[in-house]
Amino acid sequence: MTDMPASKVDAALKPPRNQWWDVWDQFKTHKGALVGLIIFSLILFGVTLGPFLWRIDPTYVDPNPVNMLKLRNQGPSFAHPFGTDQLGRDLLARLMAGGKVSIAVGMTAMLLSLLLGTLIGVLAGFFRRLDGILMSMTDLFLSLPLLPLLLLMVTLFREPLSQRFGTEAGIFMLIVVAIGVTSWMQTARIVRGEVLALKEREYVLAARSIGTPARRMVLRHILPNVMSPIMVSATLGIANAIITESALSFLGLGFPPDFPTWGRILFDAVDQMQLYPLRVILPGVAISLTVLSVNYIGDGLRDALDPRIRGR
Amino acid sequence: MLTYTLRRLLIAIPTLLFISFVIFMLLDLAPGDPLADQPLTIPPEVREKMRAALGLDQPAWVRYLLWLKQFFWTEPLHTFDVMFGTSFAEGGQRIISWQFRSPAMDVIWQRLPQTLWVVGLAYVVGVIIALPIGIISAYRQYSWFDQIGTFVSMIGFSVPTFFTGVVLIIVFAVNLHWFPSIYDTTLKVTDWESFWKQVRQMIMPVTVLALFNASQISRFMRASMLDNLGQDYVRTARAKGMSEKVVVLKHVLRNSLIPVVTVIALGIPTIFGGAIITEQVFKVNGLGQLLITAIYANDLPMVQTLTFIFAALTVLFNLIADILYGVLDPRIRYD
Repeated sequence: MTDMPASKVDAALKPPRNQWWDVWDQFKTHKGALVGLIIFSLILFGVTLGPFLWRIDPTYVDPNPVNMLKLRNQGPSFAHPFGTDQLGRDLLARLMAGGKVSIAVGMTAMLLSLLLGTLIGVLAGFFRRLDGILMSMTDLFLSLPLLPLLLLMVTLFREPLSQRFGTEAGIFMLIVVAIGVTSWMQTARIVRGEVLALKEREYVLAARSIGTPARRMVLRHILPNVMSPIMVSATLGIANAIITESALSFLGLGFPPDFPTWGRILFDAVDQMQLYPLRVILPGVAISLTVLSVNYIGDGLRDALDPRIRGR
Repeated sequence: MLTYTLRRLLIAIPTLLFISFVIFMLLDLAPGDPLADQPLTIPPEVREKMRAALGLDQPAWVRYLLWLKQFFWTEPLHTFDVMFGTSFAEGGQRIISWQFRSPAMDVIWQRLPQTLWVVGLAYVVGVIIALPIGIISAYRQYSWFDQIGTFVSMIGFSVPTFFTGVVLIIVFAVNLHWFPSIYDTTLKVTDWESFWKQVRQMIMPVTVLALFNASQISRFMRASMLDNLGQDYVRTARAKGMSEKVVVLKHVLRNSLIPVVTVIALGIPTIFGGAIITEQVFKVNGLGQLLITAIYANDLPMVQTLTFIFAALTVLFNLIADILYGVLDPRIRYD
């Protein structure tokens, strides 16, 4: 003990490092993921705080018809950095408002699909009796043609829901639920596999031998250990949900026209893309950049959370 | 293997029945009246009679069974009749599309060639591009080729097809005037000139879809090659003095193709239904566009038929992928 160098003693006396610091260290080495994280944070920052700095109402149409006609379809200028659209609305403000909706839809749908996937995966992996039926249900969902069904659900239920909850809230709920219900299957499969492997570990046996009830077993011992695959599928889920939402909006089946989302802005601009290509490119670049950065974050997270790669 | 195949086939039947039931009930529970577009001046009792004539007064399960009969009995019989000139389906009620006022299957047969040509060709091109890229990226892992390949495939599946399609239209159709932006389905290929026209109008949709497909398949190919390159048998093969070409292209490639082939098989049903967006962007009037217009026009029989055909194809190719996996990989035996 006495011949130990001082620095080593210090290291030994320090409280043990949280494992998430190791994950962060590994994550930092993945350049693409780091750039993705920076870009995604910038976009998130722009859409949440941007409207406080750029205070033009995204749905403002000049009430004076002459002014409105003059303001239509302008190119980039000092007053409107990205120009204006076919009704003279400011494109920068619309992009920020649209991004807020698109990202909110992506996040909420991802949370719903994670919740469903984790619940079904843990139940199927932990309780042998439920395994057969839950996994055949997962297979059934995987063999559904998802995009046609999604289109069907959205067209069939948009009217009653928007009457009951108001246009925006109703359609938001509908799209989030539709995307969540059709995208939980991969998460469920991955989580089930992990749970099945974890169940055979000694610490689970030890916990069971002291009489831990099933609920606490799942919440305290199983769930924290399946966090890493869940986090990876969370990032992929956001990307998937943003693309699906904008595809729905692009097909004209998403949010109503006066309620901007990136897909909707792109869809509105397609008719005049020969004259004003910028109006198509900007929302498209916004969607693509967001999805690309989220996918890179997912890639980096997968490497960082894999203990076989970490520390190498 | 045979018993496994048979069992999977038997499981597929209730799956399909369940899916058809879900599709039927989804449309049945949804608001929207098939008579909604009739004039309001029709008196209520006549309206009731019209409903009865359409069979709408029957309970849901009767209508479901009748629909099943139409779909699984009358329609196949009719196809058989057309092919062999017989008349078994005489008098049977076929599924009539509300917007075309003609049998739904006839419209689908008309639209099928466009979809198969554009989307099918894109899938084939995508696979042909993806395999070599995946192989080289894995073999030279972390080289500049791998870095660029990974980046391009990341872009390929991050950028939605409706955006790549629109950008291609802006660049090549609007600015450069190289290709037409709208797919002309009435074009008949009769000579070299019309063939060249057909090629020109197919280039952009095929490129968009092929890029998207290739980016996914090349990722799978790369991962699968990487898994196999680290295996012991590769070292053994090298130690035996085999040339690098034989090691990589025979031993490793064959083994790593096993999971990739099943992924490719799983993607085939999306050829029929998944290109809805691309068909919409380039105005190709194939099956995806048919589905969209049917949804807009509230044409329930057409929507039911199309969604069910997509579902049946998905189930079928899931089955084929599972069986292929067992056939190609003797280590996997289903009991």
